[in-house]
Amino acid sequence: MRTTRTDIMGMPISVEVVGASPETLDAIFEYFTSVDTRFSTFKSDSEISRINRGEISLDAYSDDMREIFSLAEKTRDETRGYFSIQRPDGSIDPSGLVKGWAIRNAARLAEQLGHTNYFIDAGGDIQSHGVDEQGRCWTIGIRNPFNHAEIVKVVQPNGKGVATSGTYLRGQHIYNPHQPGATLDDIVSITVIGPDIYEADRFATAAFAMGREGILFIESLGGHEGYTIDANSVATMTSGFEQHVL
Amino acid sequence: MKKRLLSGFVFAASAIYVAYQYMSGNVSSTATTVADATQTAQSPIATTVDTSTSSTQTTSTPTPTQTPTPVSTPVVTPTPVPVVTKPKGQYADGTYTGSAVDAYYGMVQVQAVVQNGALATVTFLQYPSDRRTSQQLNNQVMPILKSEAIKAQSANVSGVSGATHTSEAFIQSLGDALAQAKNS
Repeated sequence: MRTTRTDIMGMPISVEVVGASPETLDAIFEYFTSVDTRFSTFKSDSEISRINRGEISLDAYSDDMREIFSLAEKTRDETRGYFSIQRPDGSIDPSGLVKGWAIRNAARLAEQLGHTNYFIDAGGDIQSHGVDEQGRCWTIGIRNPFNHAEIVKVVQPNGKGVATSGTYLRGQHIYNPHQPGATLDDIVSITVIGPDIYEADRFATAAFAMGREGILFIESLGGHEGYTIDANSVATMTSGFEQHVL
Repeated sequence: MKKRLLSGFVFAASAIYVAYQYMSGNVSSTATTVADATQTAQSPIATTVDTSTSSTQTTSTPTPTQTPTPVSTPVVTPTPVPVVTKPKGQYADGTYTGSAVDAYYGMVQVQAVVQNGALATVTFLQYPSDRRTSQQLNNQVMPILKSEAIKAQSANVSGVSGATHTSEAFIQSLGDALAQAKNS
């Protein structure tokens, strides 16, 4: 059974843990809520908002905050600077990293509670493991950037994380009468399958910012595969991506 | 093996790119390490972002020339925007700049033009695509990877992976611009 909530982290979060008690589901959603409370830049009393207002000194940061800052620094180095939590106005917004990290931690929580068959989806970034209620492998569709109701690929993650970064707005540029043809080679989305959702999400985010070069960046990473779609509806995939395609 | 070859190629291409940058006088020291190479490739991009940001913060009527590429200043017709379905006369005529909203991999900021009380045009002042890198390099390497035309699939799946961030940032920035335009 799938439980979906839309009141946490500003995105729909769906959790399915095969054979789990309601308490297990509650614990997982409570975890997401606690992350939202600490890291949301939209909540004025969150730790990150207080840090941005200079109300918390470096030595008083929570362990979670320290971990995220350290992971952000690591990710910045690993993505040639494309991933940064530092905003142009000087404030810090770790949202891009927190989402994947939180999903991974929620999955670890499910495992700690004795479950190996689960599916956790936060805003289209998914960590799954094992099988569903019918004993079938979990499958994930890649959304058509030009038609939300459609999927254009079906992959079997086999325990890996699947994240997509992109926009559905850029596709509209094709029809832009003021700049005909100007953006036809533009990238509209990139889906990354990585060792876990934290890895997949952060590298999908960075790869999307790289434009056409993003898929090459994913190709160069060990343990990651990618599928990118451009404004011409042409997809390009990494050399090992098809292992996951059904 | 394929990946190693590609990595090697990417590295070699990066080195050529850096050498080109060096000869063009864009860097002052010789790039001999990977770290140097990435730093060099990064610098013009960082400049682009800064320029775009400062220009949009200081003016409410920017021109397309203030953004680095034509890609980042497209004008979309009002049709796809849900707010135009609201009754006419709800907004005061004028040009309104929305807040710059974080789309995680960059900032999104729109400018809304209201004519005859209705939303007429929306222009992107900031868009993450201005951080793109060397197109030349990409085109050389791209053919190695397999491409295909996307096709709708009918299979049942456990879930769907897709992106929403920029759409949300767009809606937030536009909402902010229209809040300013609202007749009280």
